[in-house]
Amino acid sequence: MTTSNRLNIGAVRCTFAPWEDPVAKPLIRFEGVVKRFGDDVAVNGVSLDIYEKEFFALLGPSGCGKTTLMRMLAGFETPNEGRITLEGEDILAKPAHKRPVNMMFQSYALFPHLNVEQNIAFGLKHLPKDERTDRVLEMLALVRLEGLARRKPDQLSGGQRQRVALARAIAPRPRLLLLDEPLAALDKKLRDETQFELVALQERLGMTFMVVTHDQEEAMVMSTRVAVMDKGQIVQVGRPSEVYETPNSRYVADFIGEVNLFEAKVTSANGVTMTLAGENCPAGYAVLEDDLLAPGVNVTLAVRPEKIQVSQDRPPAGANGMAGKVADIGYLGDWTTYLVTVPGGMTVRAARANSARIVERPIDWDDEVWLTFSPDAAVVLTS
Amino acid sequence: MSKLRPPHRGLPALAPFLWLAAFFLFPFVLVAKLSLSDIALAMPPYAPRLDLSKGLDGVSTFLHGLDFDAYRHMVEDGVYAAAYLSSLKFAAIGTGILLLVGYPMAYGMARYPPKVRQALLMMVVLPFWTSFLIRIYAWIAILKPEGLLNAALGWLGLPPVALMDNDPSVIIGLVYAYLPFMVLPLYSVLERQDESLLEAASDLGCTQFEAFWRVTFPLSLPGIAAGALLCFIPMVGEFVIPDLLGGSSTLMLGKTIWTEFFANRDWPAASAVAIILLATLIAPILIYQRQQAKLLDAQ
Repeated sequence: MTTSNRLNIGAVRCTFAPWEDPVAKPLIRFEGVVKRFGDDVAVNGVSLDIYEKEFFALLGPSGCGKTTLMRMLAGFETPNEGRITLEGEDILAKPAHKRPVNMMFQSYALFPHLNVEQNIAFGLKHLPKDERTDRVLEMLALVRLEGLARRKPDQLSGGQRQRVALARAIAPRPRLLLLDEPLAALDKKLRDETQFELVALQERLGMTFMVVTHDQEEAMVMSTRVAVMDKGQIVQVGRPSEVYETPNSRYVADFIGEVNLFEAKVTSANGVTMTLAGENCPAGYAVLEDDLLAPGVNVTLAVRPEKIQVSQDRPPAGANGMAGKVADIGYLGDWTTYLVTVPGGMTVRAARANSARIVERPIDWDDEVWLTFSPDAAVVLTS
Repeated sequence: MSKLRPPHRGLPALAPFLWLAAFFLFPFVLVAKLSLSDIALAMPPYAPRLDLSKGLDGVSTFLHGLDFDAYRHMVEDGVYAAAYLSSLKFAAIGTGILLLVGYPMAYGMARYPPKVRQALLMMVVLPFWTSFLIRIYAWIAILKPEGLLNAALGWLGLPPVALMDNDPSVIIGLVYAYLPFMVLPLYSVLERQDESLLEAASDLGCTQFEAFWRVTFPLSLPGIAAGALLCFIPMVGEFVIPDLLGGSSTLMLGKTIWTEFFANRDWPAASAVAIILLATLIAPILIYQRQQAKLLDAQ
C-alpha cells in the first residue's frame, strides 16, 4: 500500500480493520482461484481474504468475473483451480445446499407460488415449528413487512420484493450473505435510502456481507472494503477512501469516480516533493513524493475533478497552474462541472461545490480560466 | 379486478359469435330436440316433426309431442350408466398414465438446450403428420396375437401377451394418441420456469429432489391441470380407439352412441346420450378454460 505515514487518507475514520491485524483469521479465503468457461477465463487467479463482520464489495464492469467469483462461494460454479475455505474449512467439497452461505439474487428469485411468509420460511425446514414461526416474525419485523405476510410476490412493489428476498436470505442465519447487485432494480431515491438501511442492518445482525456491484457509489457507501476487478483479476483491495484517493493503477483511478490523467516525466525529487514536466502544464508540476522515483521516469498524474480549482485569477508562481478555456459547463445543482481545454488540447474536468447561492463573478463559456491543484491532490501512477 | 376491454366494433367482432351459432348452437339445438323426440318407424326415424305449413298450431303440436322418454329409458336401462361410468374410468386411467409418462418427458425436454428442445418438440408433434386412423391400425399390427409385439416376445423367449380387443389395448391406444396433448402444455409450463428459482432453492438448503417437489412441481400445476383436462375431456367420448382396439365387452359412450344411431336406428336415444355426455363435461371444460385464462394472465 502506498499510504504514507504523513497523510490521513480520505474523510472517514474507522477503527474496524481486521485485515490490518496480523493475527486475525479470515472468514473466507480464496487461494489462486481460477474459473474457465470453455476458452474464456472468467476468474484468473484470485486470492482474497474476507473477515468476519465485513461488508465486502466486489466492484467491476460486467464480465469482469465478479459474479462468477460470488457464484463459486454459493456453490453454483466450481473453480478449475485453487481453494476456497470458510473458517479454514474447504467448502468446495460441500454442495450448495449444505453451505452456510446464502445469496440474495439479482432477480430476487422469489417463489411465485408462495406468499411472503412462506418465502421467508423456505430455508428454515430444519427448525422446529415454533422456532420457525418466531424466526419468520422476527424477519418480517426486521425488513418492516409485518402487514404483508400473506401477500404473493406479484402483489408487492419492487422495493418490497427486494426486502422479502433479503429476509429470506438472512433467515437461516448464514455465516456469509452474498448480495448480487442488490439495488440494481430499484429507482434512484429508493436505492439511496436502501444503501444506508443495508449497512445498518448488517451492523445490527453482525453478519458478514459480500456484495457484487457495478455501481461504484453503491460499493463506496456500503462497504468496509472494496475489491476492484478487471478481466478476472483483482486489481486493488482497500477501504473505499483508499481506493478512491490512492488508486494503484490508471484502471482503478478511471473506474472509480471521475479522474483527469496527465502524462508527465519526473525531473527532480528530494524525498518530500518532486517536480515533473508535461505538455499540459508548461510550468511543470510539483507533487508530494510517496514512492521514490528516479528522474526520467514516465508517470501518470491522476487528479480528481473536485480537487482542481477553477479561477479567473492567475495563481502565484510555483503552483500547479494551467491556463485554459472553458469548453462546457454542467450545472448539477449541488455541483458544477467545468470542462476546460488546456495546452496540448486535453480537456480537463474540474468540479466545484455550489456552497454559495450567489456568485459575484460567475465563470462563463469560453472564459479564460486558471486551473490549479495542490501538491497533495495528485496521485502519481507508474502503471 | 376489472380490466379494460377494447371496444367491439363491426362484423369482425361478431364473427366468432356467428361461427359458434352456426357450428355449435344450431347443431346442439337439433340434437337436443332429437333427444326429446320418440323413435318412430319412418324416415327420418323419429317423431314428432315440425310442420310449419300448419302455422302456430303445427308448432304447438310439435312442442306437445316432445318428451323425456329417451332420458327415462336411459335411466331405466342400466347399460347406459355402465357405459358412462366405464367411459369415465377409461378416461381417468388414461389421464393418470399420461401424466406419469408425459411429465418426465416434458421435464426432460425442458432441460435440454433450446436448439435440441425445438427438435424434440418437432418429434412430439411429428405423428400428427400421419392419419390418425392409420396410426391406430398400426397399433393393431403391433398388438394383435400374432403381431409384432408377440413376435418380439417370442424371440426373447417370453410368453405371448393378450393385448388386443380388450381394455388394456384401449388404454394403450388412448395413451399413445393423447400423449402430445399432455406433453405440450406441461412442456410449455416447465420450459418457462426461471432457472434461478432452483438455484435459490438449493441455496436455501434443498437437495435437487426437494427443490423439484417444493418449487418445480407446484409451479407446474397449471400445466398438469391443462394437460389432464385437455386429454380427459375428449377421451370420455372417444370412439375410434375403443372401436378398433377394444373388444366386444369394452363399454364406452362413443361406441354406445354409434350403436344406438346406426345399429338400433334409435336417434333419440343416441342424442340423449350425447347430451348427457356434453352436460357432464361442461364442468371440466369450464375448469379448463379458467386454467387457461390463469396461464395467460401469468404470462
